[in-house]
Amino acid sequence: MSAPVHPRSAPTAPGRAIGADLPRVDARAKVTGTATYAFEYPVPHPAYLHPVQATIARGRLTRIDTTAAEALDGVRAVLWHGNAPRLRATDNAELAVLQSDQVFYRGQVVAAVIADTPEAARQAARLVRLDYDQQPHDVDLSPHRGDLYAPKDDHDQGDLEAAMAGAEHALDATYTTPMLHATPIEPHTTTAVWDDSGLTLYESTQGAHFARQELAPLLDLDPQRIQIIAPYVGGGFGSKGPLHAPTVLTVLAARAMFGRPVKLALTRRHMFDQVGYRSPTIQRIRLAANAQGRLSGIGMDATVQTARLAEFIEEATGPTESMYAAPHRHIALRAAELDAAVPGWIRGPGQCPGMFGPEVAMDELAQACGLDPIDLRLRNDPDHDPATGKPFSSRNLAACLREGARRFGWHDRDPAPGTRLVQGWYVGTGVAASRYPVVPPAGPSEATVRHLHDGHYEVHIGAADIGTGAWTVLTQIAADALGAGVQDVQVRIGDTALPEASVAGGSTGTMSWGSTIVAAARAFRDRHGTAPAPGAEASAPLPDNPATEQFAMAAFGAQFAEVHIHADTGEIRVPRLLGAFAAGRIINPRTARSQLIGGMTMGLSMALHEQSIMDPRFGHVVNCDLAEYHIATNADVADIQAHWIDEEDPHVNPLGAKGIGEIGIVGTAAAVANAAHHATGVRVRDLPLTLDHFLG
Amino acid sequence: MMITVTVNGERHSHDVEPRLLLVHFLRDVVGLTGTHWGCDTSNCGACVVWLDDTPVKSCTALAVMADGRTVRTVEGLERDGELDPVQRGFMECHGLQCGFCTPGMMMTSRWLLDRNPDPSEEEIREALSGQLCRCTGYENIVRSVRWAAENPADDSTEASQEVSPS
Ligand code: FES
Ligand code: FES
Repeated sequence: MSAPVHPRSAPTAPGRAIGADLPRVDARAKVTGTATYAFEYPVPHPAYLHPVQATIARGRLTRIDTTAAEALDGVRAVLWHGNAPRLRATDNAELAVLQSDQVFYRGQVVAAVIADTPEAARQAARLVRLDYDQQPHDVDLSPHRGDLYAPKDDHDQGDLEAAMAGAEHALDATYTTPMLHATPIEPHTTTAVWDDSGLTLYESTQGAHFARQELAPLLDLDPQRIQIIAPYVGGGFGSKGPLHAPTVLTVLAARAMFGRPVKLALTRRHMFDQVGYRSPTIQRIRLAANAQGRLSGIGMDATVQTARLAEFIEEATGPTESMYAAPHRHIALRAAELDAAVPGWIRGPGQCPGMFGPEVAMDELAQACGLDPIDLRLRNDPDHDPATGKPFSSRNLAACLREGARRFGWHDRDPAPGTRLVQGWYVGTGVAASRYPVVPPAGPSEATVRHLHDGHYEVHIGAADIGTGAWTVLTQIAADALGAGVQDVQVRIGDTALPEASVAGGSTGTMSWGSTIVAAARAFRDRHGTAPAPGAEASAPLPDNPATEQFAMAAFGAQFAEVHIHADTGEIRVPRLLGAFAAGRIINPRTARSQLIGGMTMGLSMALHEQSIMDPRFGHVVNCDLAEYHIATNADVADIQAHWIDEEDPHVNPLGAKGIGEIGIVGTAAAVANAAHHATGVRVRDLPLTLDHFLG
Repeated sequence: MMITVTVNGERHSHDVEPRLLLVHFLRDVVGLTGTHWGCDTSNCGACVVWLDDTPVKSCTALAVMADGRTVRTVEGLERDGELDPVQRGFMECHGLQCGFCTPGMMMTSRWLLDRNPDPSEEEIREALSGQLCRCTGYENIVRSVRWAAENPADDSTEASQEVSPS
């Protein structure tokens, strides 16, 4: 097993680790440059892989000429569908790389060069000649397409049309969010070794077991013969959750090179067509309210895109189902199957884009009703989940709105838009709600507790720390569960040689792995008592939580923004962002604050900059690098604060913790857009808020 | 082409292709993988190292350009087993999550502090303006550099002069 252990943490007293402001256990490895990310494991005499990508968006390959590529010095092989090893299962077509002559989108991998150096592989990839039988492609997303389909059931209740017609205030507007890319700073990388002992992968993944479970049937290999190692991951944000084609490609190359390690580091450009993206969304929102701002009708018709190659649905209607109640509701999701790359998980899938339209619409309604936008939300805060009728295990949106308002200094806000001009800048403030549901973890989890000697323990679980701080908070949870100090507990993660763990996704990591560790610690004490022998160990799976059937569970928050927009140039700055969250028990304030602020910064980035621009003529993203796909830089971020209220939730899990990895990005862009309206009087319904919106 | 590069005080002579980038020379030839590679367009700064006494994006320099010169990487920040104050600052102030941007951030920060031992928040943000972090929101990175400014090592000026052949 290669999962590293870390130097002992700053000590805590037994039973006092949860809630302590502990530095991260992996910090020393990361500041000394000794943390080994997936590309950095020393393997003997590796070969390097470089993909060849389709230059048409739809059609069929008629000929692949590899002669020039193969003639290049250092080239070992060129793989394509005619000679690549066969996969056993191809039902997930996104992963069926090099298995057919069909081209489903521009950028699809259709061949790959294996060479002695990355430079030779990259050069040779350009020499592979492709001939096609090209067909017309279609990458236009529109709510008016005739071929839209419903990927899930509509949610209909009452008669929204009638409610709209009879309402004192009725709003009907359309909002859009663009295509977005996760953009971790570490591009996806894989090092694969296939030899007599089986397959070993060093992989940048959010879930080693999850990846193995997807890979094994493709290869028809006993999962026990596959080891995936991933203790350090350079950011994921969803894109490293499910397996993507480049990993399968590297495995095929390793099989072709049996015995010789093969390495693939995606370039930044590949990150725009190989590892998923957030679908653009088009959101028609309808709100009907009486004179007091009570909602009588809520409508959302959202349109998203999926791919002809494989389906992935951005569930943008999810938040509206549970956010506010009204007697008349119509919520419908439609999808278009396009000749584009397959969308995928990006931080806060569904929730993040799906809160933009509704939370801007609430701001518009507040203005129409002459109400403070916080007041409007408080008047419509339901006491039962509108989607299921279940009670909430805890819902503290109101407390977040009040606490955030107090800290932000909201009380003396002048509601009139476009009236505060300070030294050439229009100044405004805005608010929006956040929500992230407690979702079931993807995959089972199990943990093992082992007593080393004299009260020192090791805890094993195949969890992932993609930067979240999971390694640190699991150490804290394990310490308290064992009645030990954190200095006495080493947690090992990031390896399929450890007990199976669910993927780091849906903000479930701390809850599911932490609850599993608590269960394993209980099993250990039951079996071995308080004076265990050296080597004593016990394991336990994640216990079922029957309360998930009885309650609706979600974290809530409120985001506040101050925005300055230059009167002449339209330049937009966000000097203040403040979030107040209710996310259950906070295990480590230091890692939690960093997660929330990191999420809010990504939300700010989405508000101001991020958009992947599709060229419909060719069907690819044109701004496919960090020079053109802008993410928030140091200069964009000024005063950014995350706070939380004390929330006790006895139902959510034994730890009382809800996820915090994603809620920070939900609602931020709406708060910024609402503040921009307050500043200028210009209502922007399409992200990002580029300066052209405010000119003229 | 035969080149000799002094990396963190050690001489490395290798026969390399002229097209080899400095970042790949450091990572794949010398075996120092603390310097990361995050883009192809000189935008992210994950690859920042010192070439002589100047921070450079090593993805935008060729290995042969370092011939006869000195390079300092994240592995060369530590002195006699003592972490540099910048490294301690990033640990103390949670200046990292995934850690992928961290080596580059620290190399630029060390360079800044050698020239300006008491930088303002503005000056820190300006110095790091060519570097991207997707995880932290930058705030803790700025605090980490301030921490290092407030907690200098006793010999930090001396140490930096050793590697700055001006
Ligand atoms: S890798 Fe050098 S700037 Fe991104
Ligand atoms: S810590 Fe992950 S990119 Fe900066």
